[in-house]
Amino acid sequence: MTSPYLLVDHVSKTFPPADGRGEGVCVFEDVTLEIARGEFVTMIGHSGCGKSTLLNIIARLERPTRGGVVLEGREVLHPGMDRMVVFQNFSLMPWMTAFDNIRLAVRAAHPTWPRTEVSAHVHRWVDMVGLTGAETKRPAALSGGMRQRVGLARAFSIEPKVLLLDEPFAQIDALTRSVIQDELMRMWSVSRNTVFMVTHDVDEAILLSDRIALMTRGPQAKLAEQVEVKLARPRRRAELIDDPEFLRLRTHILRFLVEGSLTPV
Amino acid sequence: MRRDRLRVVAYSVLIGAVLLGVWQAAVAGKPAGKSIPGPAAVAATAAHMLAHPFYDNGPNDKGIGLQLAASLGRMAIGYTIASVIAISLGVVLGLSPVLYRAVNPYVQVLKPISPLAWMPLFLYTIRDSAQAAVLVIVMSSLWPTLANTAFGVASIKRDYLNVAAILQLSWPRRLVTVILPAAAPAIVAGLRISVGSAWVAIVAAEMLIGGTGIGYFVWNEWNNLALTSVIFAILAIGVIGVLLDAGLGRLSRRLSYQE
Repeated sequence: MTSPYLLVDHVSKTFPPADGRGEGVCVFEDVTLEIARGEFVTMIGHSGCGKSTLLNIIARLERPTRGGVVLEGREVLHPGMDRMVVFQNFSLMPWMTAFDNIRLAVRAAHPTWPRTEVSAHVHRWVDMVGLTGAETKRPAALSGGMRQRVGLARAFSIEPKVLLLDEPFAQIDALTRSVIQDELMRMWSVSRNTVFMVTHDVDEAILLSDRIALMTRGPQAKLAEQVEVKLARPRRRAELIDDPEFLRLRTHILRFLVEGSLTPV
Repeated sequence: MRRDRLRVVAYSVLIGAVLLGVWQAAVAGKPAGKSIPGPAAVAATAAHMLAHPFYDNGPNDKGIGLQLAASLGRMAIGYTIASVIAISLGVVLGLSPVLYRAVNPYVQVLKPISPLAWMPLFLYTIRDSAQAAVLVIVMSSLWPTLANTAFGVASIKRDYLNVAAILQLSWPRRLVTVILPAAAPAIVAGLRISVGSAWVAIVAAEMLIGGTGIGYFVWNEWNNLALTSVIFAILAIGVIGVLLDAGLGRLSRRLSYQE
C-alpha cells in the first residue's frame, strides 16, 4: 500500500479553556483526510467547525492536540515553504510594495539565485496575476482583490508542494471574486499544485475542487463525508450553471449544510 | 486650509510680539544689573555671538558653535550607545513575553531615576568626567527606546510572524525584513522621546562636569554675570531641541505604514 501524498491523520484540536480551568473546547475530532499529489481538495463547513484551524495545523502554525500531519511520508513539525498559505486577510507586509512582498518569498525559496533572476521571476508572477502597474504600490493602496492577487502570486511563485488556501476570497467583493477564482483556476491548471482549500462558498468549492470534504457543525465537529467532483476540466462558470451534475452536487452540499445546521448539537 | 495657515502664522507672530513687548516693558527703565537684560540687549549679544560662533580663546572662552558642537558630539555617542542597547534588548523582550514580564519590574524602577543621580557613581567608577557625562546621556535615552521597542515588537501582528515562519526566514533576515520594519513606528517614537530627554540631561550634566558644552557655557556665563549670553544660550538649546525632534519626526514619517 502506498502512503498518500498528504495525510491528515486522526487529528483533533482542543483549545484550552479561557479561564485555565475545566475541559476546554474541542473544535473538531478525529479528522482523517488523504490528499493525492496534484489533487484540489476543499473543506466546507459552518463557521466554528475548525476548518481554518485544521488548515493552520497542516501549515503547523498551530499544533494538533492529537494526531498528526504527514507530507510525502514525513511528519510535519514546523511551518515551511513546502506548505505555503494564502490567507483570508492577505497577510501582506504593509511596509513593503506588492513587488517586494512577492520578492520576499522568492528570495527565501531561492537563496542562491542572483538578484536579477529573482526580480525576473517576480516580474513574471506580477504579470501572471495581472498586477502589472500596481507592483510598486503598498498593500494599503490596493483593493482587496488586488491584495489577494499579491497573496496568490507570493504563494504560487515559490511552487509549494501543498498550497493552503484559507477562505482566500471571503474578503473580496463578489464580482472581483469570480474573476480571481478564474485566475486561480488558470494558474492551478498549469502548476497542478496539491491544494487544500477552506471555504464556506459552495459554488466556489464545486468550481475549483476535485473533492469536497464536509464538516459537521462545531464544537466537536467531525468529517462527515467526502464528495467527488467529477466535472470535466477546464470548467466554465457559465456552462456549469446548467450542468445537472453541478446542480446535483450543489443541492447535496447545501442540503447537508442546512440540515446539519438544524441538527441539535 | 490656506486661510487657516495664514491665521496660524499671524497669531504666532502676534504672540511672539506680545511676549517680547511684555519682556521689554518689564525691564525698561531699570538700570543694568538691577534686572534681567531686555530683548534688545540679548539680540545684540546674539548677533555678536553668531558672527563668530567657532572662535577658541582657551578653555573658558569659546564660541557658542563650538560649545553646541561639543554637546551634540557627546550626545551623539551616548545616544547611539543607548539606542543600540535599547533596541537590541527591546527586541528580545518584545519577542519573549516571559522575559518581558521578568525584566519589566527592573525597568519600571530604573526608569523614573533622574539620569543625573547616576553621576557620582559614574565619576567614582570610571574617574573621567567626560565619559561620565556620556554615560548620563546613555541613562537618559535608554528607557523610552527600550520600552517602546519592546511594546512595538510584542504587538507585531501574528500574521507577519506567521509569514516569516512559513518562509523559513533566518533570524537575521527575519529581524531585518519583518520584525524591525513592523516595529519601526514604535521604535522611532521611543527614539524621539529619548532624544528629547538626552538633550535635557546633557545641559545639566555639563553644568556638573565643566570643560566644554552648552551646559557648561550657561553656567560659566552665569559666573561671569553675562546674562545676555545665558538667555541666548537658553534659546539656542531650545532651537537645537526642535531641530533634533524634527529630524526624528521626518524619520518617523518615512518608516510609518498603513495596514
